[in-house]
Amino acid sequence: MKIKKTFIDPLIDNNPITRQVLGICSALAVTVKVEQALVMTLALTFVVTMSNTIISLLRAYIPSSIRIIVQLTVISTLVILIDEILQAYMYEISKTLTVFVTLIITNCIVMGRADGYAMQNNVKDSFLDGLGNGLGYGIILIAVAFFRELFGFGSILNFQVLPEFLKNGLMTMPPGAFIILGLIIWVQRSLTSYVEK
Amino acid sequence: MELLVHYLSLATKAIFIENILLAYFLGMCSFLAISKNVEASQGIGKAVIFVNGITVPLNWIIKTYFLDPGALSWTTFTSLSTINLSFLAPICYIATIAALVQFVEMFIDKFSPRLYNSLGIFLPLITVNCSILGASVFMNERGYTFGESAVFGVSSGVGFYLAIVCMAAIRFKLRYSNIPDGLKGLGITMILTGLLSMAYLSFSGIQL
Repeated sequence: MKIKKTFIDPLIDNNPITRQVLGICSALAVTVKVEQALVMTLALTFVVTMSNTIISLLRAYIPSSIRIIVQLTVISTLVILIDEILQAYMYEISKTLTVFVTLIITNCIVMGRADGYAMQNNVKDSFLDGLGNGLGYGIILIAVAFFRELFGFGSILNFQVLPEFLKNGLMTMPPGAFIILGLIIWVQRSLTSYVEK
Repeated sequence: MELLVHYLSLATKAIFIENILLAYFLGMCSFLAISKNVEASQGIGKAVIFVNGITVPLNWIIKTYFLDPGALSWTTFTSLSTINLSFLAPICYIATIAALVQFVEMFIDKFSPRLYNSLGIFLPLITVNCSILGASVFMNERGYTFGESAVFGVSSGVGFYLAIVCMAAIRFKLRYSNIPDGLKGLGITMILTGLLSMAYLSFSGIQL
């Protein structure tokens, strides 16, 4: 029961982006196309799952005064790893993600889960928590990217579905990202009937 | 004179046209959390200007003399002169930032209690603020010189300061308005940031 809750909770109810307000930067920046969002989700899920597992394994040996540095070192190593892999096997997409793969280091989801969850819980729970949060992040990211690509380019996964004249350039620019994410947050919070104080 | 004009246009670009927060979305987490309060926003804004102004040039030095391909040739060991360490850039940058923030915190605590009172609690937050690491990574990607990276560091901080104080002022007014339940807090802030970013888009017509 608890295992299920650890994994399912971050997907909808306690979603990292819309509820915990973590990791907003990349949710806005890499959502111009669905393809980018998928790759970013994979990269982040890998990093947050692995870092949660490793930090949880090390939690008894990390002195609390230097824990931030230790966490940052673990996370940056994983990020460098995934960055090199993306550059080797998915060069075109890694070009469009620009600096945002490197910036997973300071993505608050990874830090927040490592410091807030993995430092106190066992390896199995931390692993599931990381996986759940990575995928919860992915759901929002793909939802934002879906609407931005649909209205901005008239396509889904580079497949044209809307006629040319319906394209709205604003959606591909920063304001479109903010407004779409704002509306998605509204929908999510109405569904889970959560009101911020 | 030409150099001054070049630096000025770089600064204008970093503050208005390519605002680090509204065009590149960096530093959103602290932006959303802190913009509830105007004074706290000014505090973190100043802290970002301060830390960015130091870390970007410092990371430039580390990049140029340690990490770039062949950067170690100043050591005069021929075996070192062909080494390319640029894949280590992210971890070096974040370590520099974390160490420097800790150092600056201790330093101003000792020598300037007034500054410490106004910046103190924000400094630890700065380490994991993506606009700090982001500025250093942009410096890396765009191949700035030392002078350019100093100007870029300070002015991207100024851009962050302007945006966060602006938002805090808007949210202050928002307290008296009637907002649908689900949109309260994060939702309405996101949409307002969208409108603010749309306003900043108008600067993109400037030719430099």
